[in-house]
Amino acid sequence: MSAITTDLSATELSKGANLSSWLAPLIVVAFAYIVVPLIGGSYLFEAILLPFLALSLAGVGLNILTGYAGQVSLGSAAFMAAGAFAAYNFNLRVEGLPLVASIVLSGIVAAAIGIVFGLPSLRLRGFYLAVSTLAAQFFVQWALTKFSWFSNDSASGVIDAPKLCIAGFEFDGAVGRYLFALTVVVILTFLAYRLVSSQTGRNFIAIRDNEIAARIIGIPVLRTKLLAFAISSFIIGVAGVIWAFAYLRTVEPAGFDLDRSFQILFIIIIGGLASIRGAFLGAALIVVFPLALSRLGNFLLGDVFDSGVLDMSQRIVLGALIILFLILEPDGLVALWDRVRRRLLLAWQSS
Amino acid sequence: MIADFDYQFFLEVLTGGLLSGVMYSLVAIGFVLIYKTSGVLNFAQGALLLFAALTFVSLVERGMPFALALAVTFAVMVALGIGIERAVLRPLTNKPPITLFMATLGLSYIIEGAAQLIWGTQVHGLELGIEDVPLEVGGVLVSQFDIFAAAVAAAMVLLLSLFFRYTRIGLSFRAVADDQFAALAVGLRLPLIWAGVWAAAGLVALVAGLLWGARLGVQFSLSLVVLKALPVLVLGGFDSILGAIVGGLLIGASEKLAEVYIGDYFGGGIESWFAYVVALVFLLIRPSGLFGQKLVERV
Repeated sequence: MSAITTDLSATELSKGANLSSWLAPLIVVAFAYIVVPLIGGSYLFEAILLPFLALSLAGVGLNILTGYAGQVSLGSAAFMAAGAFAAYNFNLRVEGLPLVASIVLSGIVAAAIGIVFGLPSLRLRGFYLAVSTLAAQFFVQWALTKFSWFSNDSASGVIDAPKLCIAGFEFDGAVGRYLFALTVVVILTFLAYRLVSSQTGRNFIAIRDNEIAARIIGIPVLRTKLLAFAISSFIIGVAGVIWAFAYLRTVEPAGFDLDRSFQILFIIIIGGLASIRGAFLGAALIVVFPLALSRLGNFLLGDVFDSGVLDMSQRIVLGALIILFLILEPDGLVALWDRVRRRLLLAWQSS
Repeated sequence: MIADFDYQFFLEVLTGGLLSGVMYSLVAIGFVLIYKTSGVLNFAQGALLLFAALTFVSLVERGMPFALALAVTFAVMVALGIGIERAVLRPLTNKPPITLFMATLGLSYIIEGAAQLIWGTQVHGLELGIEDVPLEVGGVLVSQFDIFAAAVAAAMVLLLSLFFRYTRIGLSFRAVADDQFAALAVGLRLPLIWAGVWAAAGLVALVAGLLWGARLGVQFSLSLVVLKALPVLVLGGFDSILGAIVGGLLIGASEKLAEVYIGDYFGGGIESWFAYVVALVFLLIRPSGLFGQKLVERV
């Protein structure tokens, strides 16, 4: 519902909506490719931009399932883990497999797991479904820790990322990995955007808004739901690859725990459900906010704040933020952003 | 294979499982109370449980007598429940259930953070005066503590059902659970009732928190028992206290039996997900749980 209203109001406002709706993302992407690598320091890439990109992509994936198709999932981190470990194993075990192929294959593996754990959605709704997606979370994490084959028999289940090499060009250093992650995110986000404005995307929305009505107008509900699970898991799986290969470089299954799943869910709530932009805005807030809070804590109170207290305060503020957004701005940062932009536009037109 | 089947051992595992299932039911009942009357799946129930146990232990450690600490903690839980209803749920009235669920998710972050910020993060031992020693009942070894926990759970369920059945406020709880609009129309004051329900959930959290705390030690991981209660709820139906109990027993028993008899084929440690698989398989047959209300939908 939110996506539709924002789309309409945007069209009403600017007559050249088509142009501006393409122009703004293009400018952002151009900025991210050309300007950011020139001005950014390694801290910016390592601590902010790389996790931001990975989480944004995961948010886009979850938004397709939860925001558009209306199926709440609490198991996103499991699909990230599946993607990351699948890519690692494809890369390790298949000689000479190009990186792009192992990324695509890992997405497909995540999608397959997504379909399996999406099967309950054919009969369950709402809370029953949300709880059943927890099965994915616990099962995948258990399997990855239990069977050391997945981590090539490393003692603690930790995997090391391979070199990021595409067609002979090696992406190394923080900037290289940033450009690699950016490219993957841009491609998948573009595809996701095309998807949600296609017939399939409309079918997702119809199922979310009223499943029985959707069935009556001839949408194959069961197939569409599974498709939503598959596509969403594919994207989240690839986000897991970015998380493991470009951001952290070494990951263990415990890094993809329930808290990570909640984090991704929080991203789309804070950013705005059923909005591609929302995933990016939400991820930006979730990544920057704890850093800012710890800086602020150190600045205001010096060493009085130990890391435990800081950790707890972050939890409290994060929880409060979720509740505040749900109460005050249920459509998320996207709605806030649009309102501010509209105000500015009106002010500019009247002056 | 069948010939050397150790019947005695099987019984022991089964009893152990059933009794640990009672512990799951204890947590699940707190969920059911709130879900029945306000349609909110309260993910913060685990955090409430942690908060109750931590508050109680910290008070006792600071030299407060047992009974007084219990009373103070109960008062705190009631106040907390009422506060949550006012600050979080009232502004969200008439929002879709999934929004309310996410709000309680945020709430659990706040309560967990606050509990540990106030009382610290170290692990506390909790002594209820009941020893965890095995006892022989009818040839089967059973933990004395488990029996005590089961008795407490039974007493609580009995009290709750008497309360729901025979008191005026219990009647109004049932009316609200049945039909909110009708309840409103006959003049029941919903905010008051919801506050009452949250207070009751706080009490259940206190009881469950003490029992679980005595079992595991009072620490952060206590709030994770919520993850044990969710499959119980799914199995039993979100809106049935009877379902929470039967579901708890089923999950507890099958989990223990599976761990002992088939766990080795999976390399062990399967209890993190086995309950969910049981619940899922069951749901595929009965989508609204054992005792859950059947949904009839209109377009």
